[in-house]
Amino acid sequence: MASDTLTNTARTDAQISGLDALEIAGRDPEVSRGSRFWAATWPKLAALAIAILAWQLVVWSGWKPPYSLPGPLEVGRELVNQAQGPQLWEGLVTTLRRAAVGYVFSVAVGLLLGLAVARSKVLRAAIGSMITALQTMPSIAWFPLAILLFELSEKAIFFVVVLGAAPSIANGVISGVDYVPPLLLRAGRNLGARGLNLYRYVIAPAALPAIVAGLKQGWAFSWRSLMAGELIVVGISQTSLGAQLTYSRELSDAPWLLSTMIVILVLGLGVDAAFGAADKAIRRRWGVLDQAGN
Amino acid sequence: MTSTTTTPQSATTAVALSGVTKVYGRGPNAVLALDGVSLDVAPGEFVCLVGASGCGKSTLLNLVAGLDRPSGGQITLAGDANPGLMFQEPALFPWLTVDGNVEVPLKLRRLPRAQRRERVAELLRTVHLADFGRKRPHELSGGMRQRVALARTLALDTPVLLMDEPFGALDAMTRDILHDELERIWSERNLSVLFVTHNVREAARLADRIILLSSRPGRIIYSTEVDIPRPRRIDSPEVAAIAAEVTERLRTEVGRHGQ
Repeated sequence: MASDTLTNTARTDAQISGLDALEIAGRDPEVSRGSRFWAATWPKLAALAIAILAWQLVVWSGWKPPYSLPGPLEVGRELVNQAQGPQLWEGLVTTLRRAAVGYVFSVAVGLLLGLAVARSKVLRAAIGSMITALQTMPSIAWFPLAILLFELSEKAIFFVVVLGAAPSIANGVISGVDYVPPLLLRAGRNLGARGLNLYRYVIAPAALPAIVAGLKQGWAFSWRSLMAGELIVVGISQTSLGAQLTYSRELSDAPWLLSTMIVILVLGLGVDAAFGAADKAIRRRWGVLDQAGN
Repeated sequence: MTSTTTTPQSATTAVALSGVTKVYGRGPNAVLALDGVSLDVAPGEFVCLVGASGCGKSTLLNLVAGLDRPSGGQITLAGDANPGLMFQEPALFPWLTVDGNVEVPLKLRRLPRAQRRERVAELLRTVHLADFGRKRPHELSGGMRQRVALARTLALDTPVLLMDEPFGALDAMTRDILHDELERIWSERNLSVLFVTHNVREAARLADRIILLSSRPGRIIYSTEVDIPRPRRIDSPEVAAIAAEVTERLRTEVGRHGQ
């Protein structure tokens, strides 16, 4: 009887490992990092080349005189020129400092607000829909009030940046917490996670994808608000990127204007790519990437 | 490692339910889910709860697990044990590896890191997943995930295991093997198991005692000891005979709702 049980156990072990091997065989064929990178990059490069070509074609067509619409080559030369002087870098530093301060503050406000609304029924009834309403308000519409309150100062810009970004971030947190699968909450509670531990071990990680989406959207709003602010609230600083746009227009310096725009575009793309990478890393861990790895 | 939760105060019952009632809602819309359910599970006993839809099987497990409060009656667990609960879905945390999932209850009990690592390795060996600790849940098959969930529940070091149709979503082959596994772990660790299923064969394969619940409201209408020696096979004639008997009663009960 005893030896019978023993052979039984050994047989079960073999069956288990056999079944496991069969069931997970042939999953996720690994694609090399290099070829994946190339597959993601070449369409972007091609699109960029086509865009530059189209721009050049418009310039060649003589639709607008070259002093209002310069060609890519001239703008490229101006960009190199700018990169060698201090002005662009000072502008970049000023703008990025404002963006960072405004965004970090928005994140703090948004996370706290979101968490408070997600937790409290009263707060949700009171200001839940107001947060969404705030989100629909075009940030530029806040500027007249901001200027009345803070005059043409950096504070006015900060005010609008936070108002633009914080509601998106709060909304991300709220929907993240709302959509934590109830089953995971039950499992977590059964494993001994109560109160704050439930937030730490279950709710926060489960809500992370939605929170990152909110952070990304919040960044987009704050970046737009910041640019609008720097265009409107000129005079407080000579160098911010937005101010340089205004000056270049006033001086009718089209190459300078376009090269500044390119810098702004590249900055936006860079931050967006960082958020995209974070989002993708999370989805890979969760196993919710699609076949193409997106 | 001594745990305060594993010493039963009474040697005769691990879980005791007396007159447990559960009502959902209030007034004319109130639904009586469980009506006066009394049931004792002895230490080391394997009890299967069988019933058709709407018999409040899952409600009962939630109450015993302390995730919900009974409307009436009493539930006592020996030594105030915190019972482990398993669901039909593995309910693993997708953001953690297999190791990380099994580690969660150990972390919550503030075990030091070295001990945690040792326990995780031991538990994964128990469920035959020693080589899969660094995988993520989505990289495993359904049966493997359910075994990770079992290891994670065992990490609670609890003497009482509550299982809510844990193998319901698995194919027959995997389910058979997991029956063997569960039987082995149950006897090795001297667990008391309350196992909910609508699969009568499964109940006859696993249980020391089968309890049949009526539907709407859930009441105990039949209970039978299963004296078939272990290890059992799900396709043995003894198991089939018990299953046939329970199925007959279950059909009668379901038919009662047809009029």
